Amino acid sequence: MYRDLFRVFFRIGAFTIGGGLAMLPIIEREVVERKKWIAREDFTDILAVTQTMPGVIAVNMAVAVGYRLKGIRGSLIAVSGAVLAPFLAILMLAVFFRTYRSNPVVESIFLGMRPVVVALIAVPVITTMRSLGLTLSTGLIAGAATLLIWLFGVSPVWIILAAGLGGYIWYRIEKHRKGRRKI
Amino acid sequence: MIYLQLFLSFLKIGIFCFGGGYAMLSLIQDKVVNQHGWLTISEFADIVAVSQMTPGPIAINTATYVGYTAAGGNVLGSVMATLALILPSVVMMTIVSRFFIKYGKNEIVQGVFKGIRPVVVGLIASAVLVMATPENFADYRSYLLFSAAFLAAYFYRVHPILLMVLGGLAGFLMY
Repeated sequence: MYRDLFRVFFRIGAFTIGGGLAMLPIIEREVVERKKWIAREDFTDILAVTQTMPGVIAVNMAVAVGYRLKGIRGSLIAVSGAVLAPFLAILMLAVFFRTYRSNPVVESIFLGMRPVVVALIAVPVITTMRSLGLTLSTGLIAGAATLLIWLFGVSPVWIILAAGLGGYIWYRIEKHRKGRRKI
Repeated sequence: MIYLQLFLSFLKIGIFCFGGGYAMLSLIQDKVVNQHGWLTISEFADIVAVSQMTPGPIAINTATYVGYTAAGGNVLGSVMATLALILPSVVMMTIVSRFFIKYGKNEIVQGVFKGIRPVVVGLIASAVLVMATPENFADYRSYLLFSAAFLAAYFYRVHPILLMVLGGLAGFLMY
């Protein structure tokens, strides 16, 4: 069982290219459909949790699934499986980079790739904005956060803390209002 | 001591990263480029570019790479940074899995997350702006590449790996 758990998460880590979100449907296929380790409703619950928790989503997912199956040992095995392949791949690249980064051919290739990668990050700004359905007020919050980080160099840590606190205060106010309406 | 610094920095990143890969870029950039100067902004863009083409989450890839480079080419640096990044996840998710299986449906958690959600857009947007520097945009050709890649990705949903390869090829031919 441990070996199976390791193997499944190693495969997920090794073959999902392009970030953690790309891993989620593959984790679902392996864990729910193929191995039938976890029922679909439970998986949806776990998914909701992993997305509200801080941390790398794919790692959170591995911990949750591993823990559900085999406790703490299971979660450690699933995580090491998920992380091992990306770790080794980047380590090899880092070694290569240290030697060849100043090579003119490598440099010209990266000169072409840098604007492309910025464009690839610009796309989710718009898609996330759309999927959240930003209103005027939440749009202003997003805009303010952007300016604070970009122009004023505020650490994103403070922005996240303030936003979480703001969300909590808003929740209390809403609850208070609803309570009053009932009376 | 570099290993301790790496460990603490990536521990913080692990605790405060919300909203998935792209949202944590500005957090990683702030620590790694602004505060510690372990990477230049161009190196940071390069490692994000490489992450698009290698397996695994961007945050893990960056941690492994930064750890190796900042420690002067030592694997121990990679191990420290990567472990520190996933440690908060492991601890918090284990606790949550043990005690609050229905935690995701908790009203207070939902409230807090509702506040964070709009900010996630700001985090991604600031990563774009912070990376759009003269170092990463060498001349007019860079703006052409940016526009072409944006249109291809947004309207035609061209796969990121294909775009990276084409960008690299364009760079090789043009520069």
